[in-house]
Amino acid sequence: MLIQNLPVEQLLQKYKQIRRELLPQALVPLRIAVLGGVTTNEVVNLLELLLMADGFQPLFYQSEYNRYYEDAVLEPEKIRDFRPNIVYIHTHWINIEQYPSLGCSEKEFQLRLQSEMTRFSSIWESVQERVGCQIIQNNFEHPPLPILGCLDSVSWGGKTRFVYDLNLEFSKAAQAHPKLLIQDLNGLAASIGHAQWHDWSRWYSYKILTTPEASLLIAKSLAAMIGAMLGRAKKCLVLDLDNTLWGGLIGDDGIEKIQIGRETGVAEAYSAFQEYCLSLRERGIILAACSKNDLETAKSGFQHPDSVLKLEHFASFKANWEPKHENIKAIAEELGLGLDSFVFVDDNPAERAIVAAQLPMVTVPDMGSEVAFFPSILQASRCFETVALSKEDFERAESYSANAIRSAIASKFANYGEYLQSLHMSAEIDSFPPIYIDRITQLINKTNQFNLTTRRYTLAEIEDIAKSRDYITLYGRLADSFGDNGLISVIIGRREHATLSIDLWIMSCRVLKRDMELAMLDALVERAKGADIERIVGYYRRTAKNAMVETHYGKLGFTLEAEADAGVSSVWSLSVPLYSAQNKYIQTRTLVHG
Amino acid sequence: MDSKGIIQELTPIFADILDQPNLQLHPDSNASNVDGWDSLAHVNLVVAIEKRYGIKFALGELQDLKNLGEMAALIRKKTSGRQ
Repeated sequence: MLIQNLPVEQLLQKYKQIRRELLPQALVPLRIAVLGGVTTNEVVNLLELLLMADGFQPLFYQSEYNRYYEDAVLEPEKIRDFRPNIVYIHTHWINIEQYPSLGCSEKEFQLRLQSEMTRFSSIWESVQERVGCQIIQNNFEHPPLPILGCLDSVSWGGKTRFVYDLNLEFSKAAQAHPKLLIQDLNGLAASIGHAQWHDWSRWYSYKILTTPEASLLIAKSLAAMIGAMLGRAKKCLVLDLDNTLWGGLIGDDGIEKIQIGRETGVAEAYSAFQEYCLSLRERGIILAACSKNDLETAKSGFQHPDSVLKLEHFASFKANWEPKHENIKAIAEELGLGLDSFVFVDDNPAERAIVAAQLPMVTVPDMGSEVAFFPSILQASRCFETVALSKEDFERAESYSANAIRSAIASKFANYGEYLQSLHMSAEIDSFPPIYIDRITQLINKTNQFNLTTRRYTLAEIEDIAKSRDYITLYGRLADSFGDNGLISVIIGRREHATLSIDLWIMSCRVLKRDMELAMLDALVERAKGADIERIVGYYRRTAKNAMVETHYGKLGFTLEAEADAGVSSVWSLSVPLYSAQNKYIQTRTLVHG
Repeated sequence: MDSKGIIQELTPIFADILDQPNLQLHPDSNASNVDGWDSLAHVNLVVAIEKRYGIKFALGELQDLKNLGEMAALIRKKTSGRQ
């Protein structure tokens, strides 16, 4: 039964019927003691349904309202006799007893913090000694009425400051005690906001502090933690391709037209989702592809230069015209994994519905169809919750952080060249290939500052120029240690006998002062040599916006030939045989297209 | 919609939460004469009714109600003037 996507009022209204329907699949006994600082029935009922849907048969003990301390420390026999597998201590900011007063000193603040910590540590220690099971304690959301405003998070007299420090102490305690897990209630509250979190009328009426929606969020997070603790976390993410990992249909649009990369907002959103999937893979989640396409066509999408995901990131790749649930079954067999460890992501609600119906053990989050929200929806599904990092995860994480430290150290340089060196720049410079015609035209027509002639071209004109033997064209992409800047520079040179006139030279301002213009000129001269050109002529035409490139050709070693109207336009020339390469810091490579 | 109509609409909600598919409700039904209408069920009933009608009961507004007929009248008052 699919209860993950039901709204909270449905779950509460139909609680008894849903519970009855889930009973046959609820097989693994699990005993949970819930010690609450607030009324916990609503969270417990929701948690019960979620755990049953995961195959557990949970049995609960609940402390009386606000008796969490007494139950754990003074009368632990009741909990011990219940023999729980898990003790959940559910307290809110409202249960903190040692809040500082406004005029509190640092010393008093620390004493109060210590005293609050002692109260909670004694709960955890008592449970540990008498019951000896796993403890889940949530940390605290920010107090909703910070009387000092923003200063509340800074001052020794601020309740918000007190919660900050207390939460930090909780985290430290959890790092020191493997049997203590922290549920990040603060993060949960932040994810929907205070206005959606607190319901004061329910607090005064029933001592329930939260809205039903917040209760569901707490229950879902808890169910995910318990699932992860007991080995139920998902292992494999099966991804659709068209309109899920890139915009458009690879079969119809081809690699030239699919949306991925940095060129448009839509393309960027698909790249962001690919990056999110890749980060899941780095965390140990297995990726698989499942697409209705011809196999080779589907695979070609990952040859797109901007595709973050590459073919080798997929442990299994199914592209054919069979129903997706058949393919997912085949993937599970191929990888030797149970279908209950699978999550299926597809932008198409019809595909999601049939997979959910045919393979009820597969988790199928309601992704909607807006890729911009895919990462946050998948995150909110909590499918890939983890309660501990394995040693391998940890070592991997360490090597990443070492890199980050290196780059931070490198932030002091003796000179600019050293800085450029540290960027480890690499450029791809080549003549216009069909795949970039759109992007090139776009860049030409929107670049105003680093633009020597400010000529505009239509898509058709660029297509013609790309094919013509009368032109030498160059585009440049630049990547550095911080990432790929994408396609950022274009030159169009028109040849007349032994002279090449630079009709257009543009560059995106995001790569200014990187020596990219030197790398571009080196490449241009090399091609000119190959075409028996002796002289390159450059033009500058002033506009309201392009003063920054007034001395561009002079700086590159061109000779001023003519100037009109006090520099409004100028003509420059460069001798090809006498030129020697100038770029020192960018490693260039030329790709062979088609 | 009159109170009788509202009670008709409320019946399936009560039937779900109290898990009594054949539940019959009347204007004089209340927590003492309907099986299972305890304080825990009450919390769920309030959530369901508020969501069903898109309303929010004010603090204390439900305390003084004697029976379902009065609740229906209150719901009617809170939803009047709407489509």
